[in-house]
Amino acid sequence: MADPVLSIRNLCVEIPTRHGILKPVDGVSYDIAKGEILGIVGESGAGKSMAGNAVIGLLNPPAHVSSGEIWLNGKRIDTLKGDALRRLRGKEIGMVFQDPLTSLNPLLRIGDQLVETMLTHLPISKSEAEKRAVAALEEVGIPGAAKRVNSYPHEFSGGMRQRVVIALALCAEPSLVIADEPTTALDVSVQAQIIALLKRLCRERGTAVMLITHDMGVIAEAADRVAVMYAGRLAELGPVRDVITAPEHPYTHGLMASTPLASRGQKRLHQIPGAMPRLDAVPDGCAFNPRCPRVADKCRQAPAPKVDGAAAACWFPLQHEEAS
Amino acid sequence: MALVSVKNLSRVFDVSKPWLNRVIEREPKAFLTAVSDVDFEVEPQTTYALVGESGSGKSTIGRMLVGLLNPSGGNVEIEGVDLANETDAAKVNAIRSDIQMIFQDPYASLNPRWRVRDIIVEPVAARGGKTDGLAERLLEQVGLSVKDAGKFPHEFSGGQRQRICIARALASEPRLIVCDEPTSALDVSVQSQVLNLMSDLKDNFGLTYVLITHDLTVVQHMADRIGVLYLGRLVEEGAPDELFERPKHPYTQMLLEAAPRMDGFGREVAPPEGEIPDPINPPPGCAFHPRCPLAGDICRQERPEMRRIGTTRVACHVAEG
Amino acid sequence: MSGTSTPAQKSRLRTALESDLFYTFKRSPVAVVSTVVVLVLVLSAVFAPLIAPTNPFDPASLNLMNGFTPPMSPNDFTGETFFMGTDDQGRDVFSTILYGMRISLFVGVAAVLFAMVLGITLGLLSGYLGGWVETVIMRIADVQLTFPSILVAMLIFGVAKGITPVEYRDQMAIWVLILAIGLSDWVQFARVVRGATLVEKNKEYVEAARLIGRRSGAIMLRHILPNVLSPVLVIATISLALAIIAEATLSFLGVGAPPTQPSLGTLIRIGQGFLFSGEWWILLFPAITLLGLALSVNLLGDWLRDALNPRLR
Repeated sequence: MADPVLSIRNLCVEIPTRHGILKPVDGVSYDIAKGEILGIVGESGAGKSMAGNAVIGLLNPPAHVSSGEIWLNGKRIDTLKGDALRRLRGKEIGMVFQDPLTSLNPLLRIGDQLVETMLTHLPISKSEAEKRAVAALEEVGIPGAAKRVNSYPHEFSGGMRQRVVIALALCAEPSLVIADEPTTALDVSVQAQIIALLKRLCRERGTAVMLITHDMGVIAEAADRVAVMYAGRLAELGPVRDVITAPEHPYTHGLMASTPLASRGQKRLHQIPGAMPRLDAVPDGCAFNPRCPRVADKCRQAPAPKVDGAAAACWFPLQHEEAS
Repeated sequence: MALVSVKNLSRVFDVSKPWLNRVIEREPKAFLTAVSDVDFEVEPQTTYALVGESGSGKSTIGRMLVGLLNPSGGNVEIEGVDLANETDAAKVNAIRSDIQMIFQDPYASLNPRWRVRDIIVEPVAARGGKTDGLAERLLEQVGLSVKDAGKFPHEFSGGQRQRICIARALASEPRLIVCDEPTSALDVSVQSQVLNLMSDLKDNFGLTYVLITHDLTVVQHMADRIGVLYLGRLVEEGAPDELFERPKHPYTQMLLEAAPRMDGFGREVAPPEGEIPDPINPPPGCAFHPRCPLAGDICRQERPEMRRIGTTRVACHVAEG
Repeated sequence: MSGTSTPAQKSRLRTALESDLFYTFKRSPVAVVSTVVVLVLVLSAVFAPLIAPTNPFDPASLNLMNGFTPPMSPNDFTGETFFMGTDDQGRDVFSTILYGMRISLFVGVAAVLFAMVLGITLGLLSGYLGGWVETVIMRIADVQLTFPSILVAMLIFGVAKGITPVEYRDQMAIWVLILAIGLSDWVQFARVVRGATLVEKNKEYVEAARLIGRRSGAIMLRHILPNVLSPVLVIATISLALAIIAEATLSFLGVGAPPTQPSLGTLIRIGQGFLFSGEWWILLFPAITLLGLALSVNLLGDWLRDALNPRLR
């Protein structure tokens, strides 16, 4: 993979509290190539959103990047501050959040929000920006875009609002889009529309996408590669088909097996005993060892090997036959 | 005999602005029909699932089943007793202890100021029943520790809280438990634990579930019979195998097609057209006709009746077996 | 009984000491200082009979010759020295302040408790029941809010005084004062409790209680009330400062505590008459005490509001 758009190296995020330092992201590395959709999955508290927020510099203090590097198009960005960081956010990185209402200013017409974003980041005239705003809304499938630019966010339904947010995220032609649970608040039928839209637009423009979600189905359909996170660490990283059909990490295996889809026709669902450790009680060694069916002494003592390229962070990964 | 029998159930909400605003702005009263003419029956010791997207009225039906909300039309009979109209207090009381509910949000459904013991035994204590050791026994049954009885809800994770909710629901030894999105706030691995627990309890106690959810995968795993709702109307009802393999209503077909699949790598589906209409002004005729690829003139004018095709019931003019 | 309660109390004390609230408390110098000031003032008011050098309301202990003694200097006639000087009748100002603070604090606390009970009850009822109950209660609250509360208190005080027989007036004055200040202050309790109740009553744990057939009264008292109390605590603290000021204002205007039972406000009213004749201490010391009391209670309330507000953490 030559020249990834985003490259995260050994990223650690720390939150100092009076009970000690919490590590919601602990030594995570991955790349996203041009035009690639990287899915980040994990259960709540796995640190998947925190990693995304670290990339755009939106960590809420006292959380901060304590070590590691973030590179965007060959430029180091985790050290940026103030204006440079703000310019980066709209221009180089677009964002789509779970709740479209929080990413839109309720007091501004959506056309004005698009125009303002473009004028801030692109060297174009106001009339040109206005023209592009309508085009952007048409592109994300908003009917009657020429009229709807004058509407306020509350005049749109949830699905339409998320389309507007996508238009807003893409209007400054960023090279990376971070989509954090973009469809969690939406209905199934609307979710399919939004995922299809995100996929199409990013393919067309070659935008790299970090798709953060807890929904394995969404990942399966949309992502090219997938990174599985557990307790702030990367458990497994690989092409989506391999990770889903032939997971090597016991946690990924358990996660896949416990979705009702995977246990079709069985009376009981597969279940992983216990729950993900809280951040203040991550066990020594491999974080998954207390719940792991393949646990051995080594797992309790040494931290699991770091994920490198396509692999599982596990001392004893599951082996799969070539045929499967 | 069916445990739950729902006949022509309707619920209308008055969503008008305050009186003074209506007078000044010369607006008529506005009504939202959340549930319209829904019929179904639930056999004892089965799981009946109500599926639908937002605005389908599934939660409203659930609240009417347990008596939190009175129907505007039609009725709900549980063991032959209509809670909304029954005047015999003893009968109402008996039925009430036969019905329980599990809610969606495990963080909002437990009183944060109460200890787990008091939360769990409340359904029994409220009727003056004996509660010695009850909480401890129930905690063990749902896979928690006896020691947890003295703790407060904030000391538990989402999955554990949902177990506490289940323990509370079991306290009054109910026959019917209405589960409103019981796992949609939970992570996948916790969801499987809770669903397995629900299945075990159903077998052990001979429970009947009405499962309300938007998650088709959960429905397919749990349900014995499924009712699909669209805009407050029941559009299709059938057994899971039949419904998932051979959906008859165009809406069911669309819903199944749109749901993400674990084996759908790089699947390029034509996403469904349009969105759910405004329930204050539902389309005339069949509510689904504006989005339906099969819609004809009759669909725009006449609301389809439920009809039987094989073991399935469908409300569609054009659907065929 | 005592055998089982001791470990429970111990653990409760420990949880209190380990709680986030106590942690932020320790780290806020303002909160610590105001707590110390409040504690010192309250304790000295409570134990006034033990601390005060003289009982200023015991005519037998008064010596008119001691009148107008400046602080810390011996009286010309009797040679007695007074820490804060004396007033025109030879009463020790320090003692009158201690006793005055008792009245001020008693009136303030009682008025706030009265306003709290009234406000919580009406707030719960209007929030939970809604409909016409809510409309009536909240419209009365709105109307009352349009008047400054001191005016409302004066009105109530005036009416109450008018209907009490003359011979009971001085005896009743304190109670009328409490009633007046309490009635002028219930609105904010009612509003906050109503708002919190509207949020809580839609939570699923309330539905779960309704489902099993709990009556409205039981749901309001056992389920909702404990969950709406933390904002009430904040308002109660800030209200206490306001109530003490309100009492002082009324007494200063001469419609509050009678001279036979002087509060800090009454003392200030008496003292301001001597300000321009040079006897500044009769005014200054009660005024400083009132300021310190009201300010530290208020600062404590401010801190509590910030500490309990999850959004500011």
